Amino acid sequence: MTIVKNVTCPICGTLCDDLELEVEENSIVDIRNACAIGEAKFLNFTDPKHRNLKPLVRKGGELTEVSLDEAVERSAQILTHAQYPILYGWSCTSCQAIRVGIELAEEVGGVIDNTSTVCHGPSILSIQSVGIPTCTLGQVRHRADLVVYWASDPYSAHPRHIERYTSFSDGRFQESEWEHYVARLQGVLGKKRLSRASARVLMREVSIPAIAGPKLPPEFETEKRKLIVVDVRKTRSAEIADFFIQVEPNRDFELLQALRLLVKDEELEVDKVAGVPVDLLEDVADTLISCDFGVFFFGVGLTMSSGKHRNIDAAIALTKDLNYRTKFAIMPMRGHFNVAGANIVSTWQTGYPFAVDFSHGYPRYNPGETSVVDILQRGESDASLIIASDPVSNFPRNAVQNLVKNPMIAIDPVVSPTTMMADVVIPSAFVGIEVEGTAYRMDRVPLPMKKIVEPPKTCLPDEEILRRILSQVRRIRQTGGKA
Amino acid sequence: MIMSKVKVILLTGRTIDQGVSKEHGKLSKEYQEKVAICEVDSSDLKNLTVIKGLNIKVITRFGSVVVKAVESSRGSHPGIAYMPYGLWANIVVDPHTHGTGMPSFKGISAELEAAPSENVTPIPLLLEETFRKKPQ
Repeated sequence: MTIVKNVTCPICGTLCDDLELEVEENSIVDIRNACAIGEAKFLNFTDPKHRNLKPLVRKGGELTEVSLDEAVERSAQILTHAQYPILYGWSCTSCQAIRVGIELAEEVGGVIDNTSTVCHGPSILSIQSVGIPTCTLGQVRHRADLVVYWASDPYSAHPRHIERYTSFSDGRFQESEWEHYVARLQGVLGKKRLSRASARVLMREVSIPAIAGPKLPPEFETEKRKLIVVDVRKTRSAEIADFFIQVEPNRDFELLQALRLLVKDEELEVDKVAGVPVDLLEDVADTLISCDFGVFFFGVGLTMSSGKHRNIDAAIALTKDLNYRTKFAIMPMRGHFNVAGANIVSTWQTGYPFAVDFSHGYPRYNPGETSVVDILQRGESDASLIIASDPVSNFPRNAVQNLVKNPMIAIDPVVSPTTMMADVVIPSAFVGIEVEGTAYRMDRVPLPMKKIVEPPKTCLPDEEILRRILSQVRRIRQTGGKA
Repeated sequence: MIMSKVKVILLTGRTIDQGVSKEHGKLSKEYQEKVAICEVDSSDLKNLTVIKGLNIKVITRFGSVVVKAVESSRGSHPGIAYMPYGLWANIVVDPHTHGTGMPSFKGISAELEAAPSENVTPIPLLLEETFRKKPQ
């Protein structure tokens, strides 16, 4: 049995790099330090029930097992003969594979877009528009005494983010608030038990006391490292926070702008903004100003609701305003483990981070026009290559209808609705488990992904599969399709 | 007040259960149980006379889908319903990107109605019915 240390986790943009795996005869038998999602992935990825192991090509309406060479040849034929193919996904593969994908998109004159288009694409639009005062997660861990998660639920989407980088992490200049949280939690659980007991005795419903009331709690002032969650509903992360602010859906923009006014010592002539009392907002503004180093982590709750990139404009502008009073940074909570890498590789190769259109022979970028969801909804594309992603599950219905009606190539290690609807399926190896590579953490720090076990012989790395398709495309274009 | 339909603002997003269950395979029973759901405030469930665990139909102007009703366990938020990301949720989300590339996956006007006699459609059948192409 071998223990492999310092393994980087291929799940979310937090890219935890302290995992320890026990490996026995090319099989991962145990895992330490991973979150629930990471553990589920490392211990289940070989399950044959949901693993693509054979190349498949749709013949007569049925996906039929073929050789890898035939699947590659069919993929190359589809891409070569398409007028306007889309190449989509990329956030769960390595930077090395993404680089080849961009070369392929340029060769076939297609559109290459990554999952940030339905994730933090609006954040990127905003950052391009107004800039971003940001930092690394290491700086947050060691120095941040105020952390605000806005429209983000790290407990669900980035389960170890709080533990590794914010309130529950032990930094050089900041201590973990874990013990304080446990004590508070015990108090809340005690109150809940009391409520349930009272309900049984009194035979009527007794309200469970909220962790956070309408005012900042008195002990909030004395907290060394404060955690605030702003969201439209109470999430698990909100329960961990020292204070939770519930904003009405689609009204984050107003709340952010109200805080900007208060930070600038302006007065608000209303009682509430977005459902939040102004008295409370004044206290929150004081808290933001009085910290030594604060950080906003914002989630897709801002990018996917009304206002989209304008919400991010307001959040970044608030951060900028706060930097006149104290030190503040802001960072998007990136989802897939290498979605930041997809943006970075795309930018250094093409000049643009996502939604890059090569149909004119040079890269063009105009989200709304060259973004895949818009292309699909207008019915403009006539073929697709999907890699390391499941748009059939994750795109709106009318976009998927246009995706599945045209030839679709899916390169993926796992069975998904996308591979089930594809016309060519090429099984691949898991990046960070069966093949090494590079990925970028949400703070744009590159980290190495390790190879832990050998992949099945039929599962090649994404980079190798894409190189084979690219080679075949070039051969077809040079020979006019002759062997 | 008993109502045949309840108006809500629909949010879609991640849950830890969705994240874990997708690693067991998107065709697994566990995935369907954790993802083909809608978290609804207890007061809205009472208005619909739906007992948690029974099925409801989520209706928007973009489509409708039957999922299991789950009572929201954190805080009171009447008028807000939550579905985990996945095939079921994306049948009812707002596809308009408003020139940004991003559909509106959150903050969608929706209606809920009780559907105790209707079943949650499993992924293979849902794919075939929705997209008229045979999945494999």
